[in-house]
Amino acid sequence: MYKSYCVRKSIAAGFAFLAATQVFADDVGKVKISTGSVFIERAGARMPGPVGATIEATDTIVTGADGTAGVTFVDNSRLSLGPNSTLAINRFRFDQTTHDGNFDSSLKRGTLSVISGKLAKRSSDAMTVATPSTILGVRGTEFIVRVGE
Amino acid sequence: MITRVLAAIAIAFLVAGCASKPEPKPVLADSVILLPHADGTTGAISVKQGSREVILDSPYASAKSGADGTPRTGRESEAAVKQEFGALLAALPPAPVSFLIYFQSGSNEFSEASNANVVLLLEEMARRPFPEITVIGHTDRVGTDQVNDALSLQRAQRVKDLLTQRGIAAERISVGGRGEREPLVPTADEVSEPRNRRVEVSVR
Repeated sequence: MYKSYCVRKSIAAGFAFLAATQVFADDVGKVKISTGSVFIERAGARMPGPVGATIEATDTIVTGADGTAGVTFVDNSRLSLGPNSTLAINRFRFDQTTHDGNFDSSLKRGTLSVISGKLAKRSSDAMTVATPSTILGVRGTEFIVRVGE
Repeated sequence: MITRVLAAIAIAFLVAGCASKPEPKPVLADSVILLPHADGTTGAISVKQGSREVILDSPYASAKSGADGTPRTGRESEAAVKQEFGALLAALPPAPVSFLIYFQSGSNEFSEASNANVVLLLEEMARRPFPEITVIGHTDRVGTDQVNDALSLQRAQRVKDLLTQRGIAAERISVGGRGEREPLVPTADEVSEPRNRRVEVSVR
């Protein structure tokens, strides 16, 4: 009796774990605003980034001289890129049950504004943005970054 | 004499060397500006340049990477930020909005107030570019974490099914369970609290 209760509990927990991790395996965000030229680079290929395009965990988002892009991530982090900007996502991992995870990105050029989401609320080192000369540690906040040129 | 010639040649080389040397590259200063939240509060951000770190924690505080390897702090004006970054900030997607769903007790149907929330949810979806829904189930603090995690996920799944019946595409809806981690009403462990047995539907 005790054993079967244990087994049932483990199975329930196992399913919960699977379901929680499966949902957002690839899809970590969506393009919500896209004007002018906006691209997504993935595994060496470049594709357009219109409204509704999926962002995956190691994508790079690129805007041209006339481009701006707005993206909302599954943890409710939101960001926008100005013209001539390149943002590489180095790592995105979010557990919808515990809110544990990481969101690390690099702004290679251009301008970025960020409103952090559940990840940064959960832990002060969960979200970082690197620029060519600095690393920003995000502690639940709203900010603008510009790479010098 | 020979020494003098050698010195002259050496100087000529030095001068030539100086002339052909490129202009020192200007240091490219990356900058960051902390903004207040819409609700008037302000968070914080740490700015690390090598091993040097500064913390920004007040509205419009700013930092720039410095040529000497130390970040320089300063402050921007709200007007200057609006003028320079207005278009960038306007491209931020709208803030997610969430609604609470409760079931009629002992039933699989939404309560009356929750039905009204579903109408608000559909209206909110119509206003947004490429709206997506996240359904997160919550439990009260009766039971173990494992059991509550599974239970909260089941509740969320049930809400997802009901939302798809009302015309929302299933691929726009993701589900999750937070178990007892985020009670609406804080209680001691093992306390039954109906207000905590809820499902949060957020549209982003």
